[in-house]
Amino acid sequence: MTLALVGLSHHVAPVELRERVTLALGPAADLARSLGDAVCLSTCNRTELYLAGIDPARAAGAIEALAGEPLEGVLYELHEDAAAVHLFRVAAGLDSLVPGEGEILGQVRDAYEAVAPGPVLDRLFRQALGVGKRVRTETAIGESPASVSSAAAALAAQVFGDLHGRRVLLVGAGRIGELAAANLASRGAEIAFVANRTVESARELAHRFGGRAIGLDELGAQLGEVDVVVSSTSAPEPLLHPGDVPARRRAPLFFIDIAVPRDLDPAIAELGGCFLYDIDDLEAVVAETLAGRRAEAERAEQLVAEEAERFRAWRASLDVVPAIASLRARAEEIRSAELAKVDGRVSDDERRTLESVTAQILNKLLHLPTVRMKEAAVSADGAMYADAVRHLFGLEEER
Amino acid sequence: MVEALFWPALLGYGEAALAYASPRTTGAATWGVRLGWLAQTALLAVQAADADGFPWSTWAGSLNLFVWLVVSAYLIWGCRPRYRLLGLAVMPLAVALFVVARLGGATESASAHGYGSFFLVLHVGFVLAAFAGFTLAAALAAVYLWQERRLKHRAADILRLRLPPLTVLEGLTRRTILVSLPLLTLGLGAGLVRLRHDHHSLDALEAVTLLTWGVYGAFLAMHPVGRRAAYLALGGFALVIVARLVLAGSHFA
Repeated sequence: MTLALVGLSHHVAPVELRERVTLALGPAADLARSLGDAVCLSTCNRTELYLAGIDPARAAGAIEALAGEPLEGVLYELHEDAAAVHLFRVAAGLDSLVPGEGEILGQVRDAYEAVAPGPVLDRLFRQALGVGKRVRTETAIGESPASVSSAAAALAAQVFGDLHGRRVLLVGAGRIGELAAANLASRGAEIAFVANRTVESARELAHRFGGRAIGLDELGAQLGEVDVVVSSTSAPEPLLHPGDVPARRRAPLFFIDIAVPRDLDPAIAELGGCFLYDIDDLEAVVAETLAGRRAEAERAEQLVAEEAERFRAWRASLDVVPAIASLRARAEEIRSAELAKVDGRVSDDERRTLESVTAQILNKLLHLPTVRMKEAAVSADGAMYADAVRHLFGLEEER
Repeated sequence: MVEALFWPALLGYGEAALAYASPRTTGAATWGVRLGWLAQTALLAVQAADADGFPWSTWAGSLNLFVWLVVSAYLIWGCRPRYRLLGLAVMPLAVALFVVARLGGATESASAHGYGSFFLVLHVGFVLAAFAGFTLAAALAAVYLWQERRLKHRAADILRLRLPPLTVLEGLTRRTILVSLPLLTLGLGAGLVRLRHDHHSLDALEAVTLLTWGVYGAFLAMHPVGRRAAYLALGGFALVIVARLVLAGSHFA
């Protein structure tokens, strides 16, 4: 049975095109089912159809119908091992915009579970999910943050460990600050206060995070109440100075300044127990972690290659499985026929002994040919061996 | 037999000390610690079985036991893949002390010398266990200072080369001292009872050990935080080093 992949991704298609062919989980599964034995993986970065025994032209036509235009030169088509390697790389996050991102693994699982694929695609997707997990557990590719906002949250965790119960003061109601706050909240931190020049904007954001809105004039008063300060206003002058920070504190205070020009006086970093990261520091951290991801990606590629080899071996073994099954069935048939000849001439005990002994002889005789055929299948001689076995044991007549 | 067990233990600890240098070999390092610890445990068990009295009565023997206690404490509290750099702080120290112990004769057949007194065995056991805890606390404090410095200087590789979070290191240091100080108190108590019984006066090691008790007692009483706590833990450990490596000979003589 042939294995093929037809699709497009962020590597070859602009967002205007991708958004036209992106499908939600249900419609994607419907499309796959309409084609036959297929799985449709559709995310914001890719729409791909994995096909078992289906003409790729049909799948290409289906995607072009979604796009509303011919996609010659945009759609890619991969076959057999290349299709398997591609899916393994996708599941490992190696084909993603940010190498190692973990969301794609869940999307691959959803696409697989939304349909009931045949044995080849079933094995391919189960193995792809295994590859994704292996890459995440055996490499550090997914451990480091890939954006300024997630780096800010990861740095806070380097100070406080678990962020549950840690209180955050968000200064400014801008988008970047909101993202940083969302990242901190996703790690368990509590967005306790949102401060802004216009309290109305602060109130809206505070409501979303379950915090309290305050004016910029209250900033200093709340510093003793929080563990993390995230600032991202467009104020021309620093809003906080060392003198605003309470002197007698028992816990560290972590400042994240994402604003340009900076909101927080750099001298705050000199205070004991205070840590201050500005936008340049955060970008340097992200650049460093992305470099680390690329190094880990090389190891991940090795894992993908190993798994691709395993998949190839499994597929090759499929060529000899029918021949092995026929051979065993023929042998069992002969054994049963010969045992039937002694029925009534031996006792029950003797009959059991004969059954046991003949079964053992059969298994021992067939063990080595079975192993050799499977080995030959992996080294691409499987079909030849299978034909030879069928010919030697007269199995053709049964096919 | 004892000699034959020394090398696997050293090999395990040495492998761990080297393997902790790379994140890719952290798993191998953990196994090195475990296997080395098992070999050293067997070594100590053989020594205990062969000896008539307390088998680690020499300074080198007690150093051998001390290394085992340090690694045991590390296995219990700090041996986590994500705390790789803590292993990098503890295991080379363990290897160095283990080698010093061997050079001092720790793996020679144990004699029946001294330490027949139950009080004395308690004294040595508790004091060494406490010192092992203080050593681990010092390693944690040193890692704290390193992590704090990296955060202060905004090291770009801070998320690539991860250390345990500051508050975790601080909490672990405090908890380790909280467990170790009562052990030292019991050890000192047993030693003082023995001292009074034998009508001996305080020697230099005993005086330094009492001072150590005072420093760690102050640590728990004052509940310092941040850098101050780390420096105090390291200050106490400096006294432990003086007691273990500089003055031990006179006390054991």
